[in-house]
Amino acid sequence: MITAGVDVGAKYVKIVILEDGKNVLARANGIVEFDVWKSANDVFEKALLNVGLKREQVGQVVATGMGRKIVHMKPPIDAKEIVPEVIADAKGTYYLIPTVKTVIDVGAEEGRGIKVSENGGVRDFVINERCAAGAGTFIETMARALEVGVENMGPLALKSMNAIPMNAQCCVFAESEVVSLIHSKVSKEDIAKAIHDAIAGRIASMVLRIGVEKDVALIGGVARNPGFLPPLKKELNTEILIPEYPECVGALGAALFASEMEGQK
Amino acid sequence: MSERSSEFWRWREYRHTQPNMDWNQAKIVTAGIDIGSVGSKAAIILDGQLYAYSVMRTGGVSEETAFKVMNWALEGTGLKTENLHQVVGTGYGRVNIPFANKTITEIACHARGAHYIYGPSVRTVLDIGGQDCKAIRCDNKGKVMSFLMNDKCAAGTGRGLEVFSDLIRIPIEEVGKVSLNVTEEPPPVSNTCVIFAKAESVALLRQGWPKEKVAAAYHLAMVDRIIDLLTKVGIEKDFVITGGVAKNIGIATRLETNLGIKPLEPELDPILAGAIGAALFANALYEKQLGLR
Repeated sequence: MITAGVDVGAKYVKIVILEDGKNVLARANGIVEFDVWKSANDVFEKALLNVGLKREQVGQVVATGMGRKIVHMKPPIDAKEIVPEVIADAKGTYYLIPTVKTVIDVGAEEGRGIKVSENGGVRDFVINERCAAGAGTFIETMARALEVGVENMGPLALKSMNAIPMNAQCCVFAESEVVSLIHSKVSKEDIAKAIHDAIAGRIASMVLRIGVEKDVALIGGVARNPGFLPPLKKELNTEILIPEYPECVGALGAALFASEMEGQK
Repeated sequence: MSERSSEFWRWREYRHTQPNMDWNQAKIVTAGIDIGSVGSKAAIILDGQLYAYSVMRTGGVSEETAFKVMNWALEGTGLKTENLHQVVGTGYGRVNIPFANKTITEIACHARGAHYIYGPSVRTVLDIGGQDCKAIRCDNKGKVMSFLMNDKCAAGTGRGLEVFSDLIRIPIEEVGKVSLNVTEEPPPVSNTCVIFAKAESVALLRQGWPKEKVAAAYHLAMVDRIIDLLTKVGIEKDFVITGGVAKNIGIATRLETNLGIKPLEPELDPILAGAIGAALFANALYEKQLGLR
């Protein structure tokens, strides 16, 4: 039995192809271009190609992510079911880390805190809905202001030992603040650290609203950023686990749902 | 979406000297410098009357921008910095103006400048700048009675419009006009955050909405937010708009429609209100020093 999970995010499409509800056959991701539907199909194609499968050989497909409706009931992906991100996240994380009680998912435009129930369901959750300051876009915008590649932001931040407070929360205000820090000769390392401290503080205060219970897992693309983990750990005062391929956990959750559907047939 | 290097956000920089005015004849020559988050303005006044001004983009270093915008306003007039009896600085970067004798908040300067531009009947000033949106209530002398501003979030400001112009590839000076090119107003963009509103606009374009309709939705959302602020501070006639966004007809027209109050038409560029206000304060300060007040 082969199933797939498709996570159509704000910035990236992530796809996991699963065998018998447990073995990951393929993972693929790609940027969301102007035509979201085409971007999703391209990544799906890539994933199939990786394992030499054809669409007909894949059974159920479940979609999640903010663009999930775009592939719902639309061939070739033709996802028969769609699930919200928080449900897919909880499912995927619980599968990888069965002891997990709190999931923190930081993606391109959304940050989420999820309390996971005994069986991998969602007990409670919180999302940044009104402001992009608690998401990956924040780091990306600041990387542009610093003229540093976004992938270098974390390593840069780790080189700094100083704590410079950033006053602005809003991405737009913070961009101006970064520019003025640059001009007052603050080092890029210190600024990069200040940026990570700021976003970690924001995510932590959001997650604390639902309570933080161990084990805590961090997923989403921002989990790949090594500069984000230390300030988050400090803010939440707890150990944080990061699964392998943290950006694909939502897609994995969706693929697990697809396997359950396939099993019920 | 791939990054584009186009500059649809870039607005025109300019300077002007009033003909028929001679600074040699003036008793008091003062200047106001308004270093905003996005735009910087300098105004020179002769005995309380506007003589010359300049408007340019704020650079990375406020000090440098302050010198540049000041020198540009002086350009061609024969005036030199040392001829200025008094200089007052205002705006976001006001503490970084080395040659300013004093700094005054932009709230006070905008109210004072609006009083100069629009006359003593002004009671409510809406200032929409690069990153700020302020609603100010003032008296018949241009003195601030109360005010409210956005301090946590850049939604409903000029920077958001810049981001949006770049997205739909329409120059910032035309985007307001384009937004009025719809037969019926669409529902406003539902997100307030500049970043989210941009993402939502992309989604609307993907759905096949024409640029004009997306622009209308974006402008409407800004107007809703501005009206919230105005309602909180309380709006009393006469009502005027200052700051760079005052020149966006898509915002001004919708404010008029949705508020039911027509803003006064400016005879001078409303982006100058802060700098003019600062120069007038400088004038008053100097008069005080001379014992004239």
